[in-house]
Amino acid sequence: MYAVEVNNLRKEFFRRDATRSGLRRKRRRVPALEGVSFTIERGECVAILGQNGSGKSTLVRLLSTLLLNDGGSAAIFGHDVFKEQRVVQRLVNRVSVEASFFKKMSSEENLAYAARFYGMAPRETREEIVRILARVGFPTDRKHEGMEHLSRGMQQKVALARALLTSPVVLLLDEPTTGLDPRSKLEVQDFVREIRSTHDATILLCTHDLNEAEILADRVGILDRGRLVALAPVAELKEKYDAETLEEAFFAATGRAFEEEDEDAERGVFA
Amino acid sequence: MSTIPGPTAFRGSLRHEAITFAGVVERNWYLIKRYFWWELAFFVWSLANTLTIVFIAKGIKAAGGQIDVNRATTTLLIGAVIWSYLGIVFEFMTETVAWERWEGTIEYTFMAPLRRSVHLFGVGVFAVVYGVFRSAVLFTVVAFFFGLHMPDANFIAAIAVLTVASASFIGVGTMTSVLPLISPEKGAQLGFVAQGTLLVISGVYYPVSVLPQWMQWLSTISPATYALRGIRRALLGGASLAGVWQDIWPLLIIGTVAMPLGLWVFGRGEVYAKKHGKLKRSG
Repeated sequence: MYAVEVNNLRKEFFRRDATRSGLRRKRRRVPALEGVSFTIERGECVAILGQNGSGKSTLVRLLSTLLLNDGGSAAIFGHDVFKEQRVVQRLVNRVSVEASFFKKMSSEENLAYAARFYGMAPRETREEIVRILARVGFPTDRKHEGMEHLSRGMQQKVALARALLTSPVVLLLDEPTTGLDPRSKLEVQDFVREIRSTHDATILLCTHDLNEAEILADRVGILDRGRLVALAPVAELKEKYDAETLEEAFFAATGRAFEEEDEDAERGVFA
Repeated sequence: MSTIPGPTAFRGSLRHEAITFAGVVERNWYLIKRYFWWELAFFVWSLANTLTIVFIAKGIKAAGGQIDVNRATTTLLIGAVIWSYLGIVFEFMTETVAWERWEGTIEYTFMAPLRRSVHLFGVGVFAVVYGVFRSAVLFTVVAFFFGLHMPDANFIAAIAVLTVASASFIGVGTMTSVLPLISPEKGAQLGFVAQGTLLVISGVYYPVSVLPQWMQWLSTISPATYALRGIRRALLGGASLAGVWQDIWPLLIIGTVAMPLGLWVFGRGEVYAKKHGKLKRSG
């Protein structure tokens, strides 16, 4: 059984257009994901590379049960993401680009109530929160401080702790290091490596950091305009596209330079 | 990290539901504590608002009107306190989505294995407990301010009416809490529209009999009508629990319909939000 199995997954959004038809604004169909299929083995780390608007976050949101599909299927350890949502929710957790906490509440309070949502009683989390905060490199003497007083890097460490506290078997990382300073970025990447080496976690990492994908993932996928155009180990990708670097492979696969931001960012798809 | 529970592991787990319910209450408690000074400021606003309304009774007397000032003041006070109470309940319910969207936690809450009924009921119960506490303080402060005498008041019966009415208020509040899910920009404000509409047809500061016929008909399906009438009957007339039964049984019926209806409406809203990608943080 695959940890993650995605088959011909489709998602589209409707966005209001500037043009009008009578009194009403026209709506245009914006495909976010078009027939995406892939599998991830248990314990594997797969990185999905793509520009802004390529559909990375839509994929993560679909697997997190925050969106409903328009076609195809997705399963986590055999459980249908769209029909068995509560089971899937127990198996999955996520770290996104924004740390997303109640800013006035402390890290300890944010983690405590989040753990409760996963059925963890106070006596189970009292010591565990301190332990896990220490593990992600968070100074535990600051656990009573409001989140608003913490740096972006610190907040992202608490986000990692929140995800791990619930013992997910599938971890969805949606640009977890975007916007972090180099040191915090390395710390988060080290921690992801540590999770992989010490736990039986399956990781889907969506990123637009080529280096991060290369050093962390077993296989790298290239998502372009909602289509998964390639998915293979980095060495195979380079060989397939006759490229010396992952960036060159990306260019060969998509016909566009990685940094190039064109109309895709304006597609109206989640960035 | 490696255990992979099957689908049956979470079904019917009363313990799991109890813990998640406690989590919702716990989170709201943390927020009240952290925003204590703001809560105090809003209380002062409620107090000023209530005084403004309750002074009307003295104003009528000063203008030469023939009224029992003590009775009129208490009648207005009950209306103002219920208005404030409903405001708290609806605010908490509506902010179930609106606040989370603003803070950015909405995605984490909605992807957690938290049964929506438990989630919303937890918010509702906290809102009711906190609302009753704040309303009781407000009532006491204003009653002392005006030196109101309520020698016959039956507070037990009044609290019983408010408690039963709260189930309906949670139900209606659940329906309004879906609005920010559908309209992230303006949905939260619509909660206030619902609160105002509910009270205007329910005789908040006047008897329902002064309303036009079609509004009187609407008042029969509003839980606030029975809440206001029952509480006034208990506090002004000293009605016992048996005496307010005529207001309690319609509230039981409305509550029985409103709670599942509210959940159903919220469920439809959540499906809509998941289809259209609206279950996400602001900005």
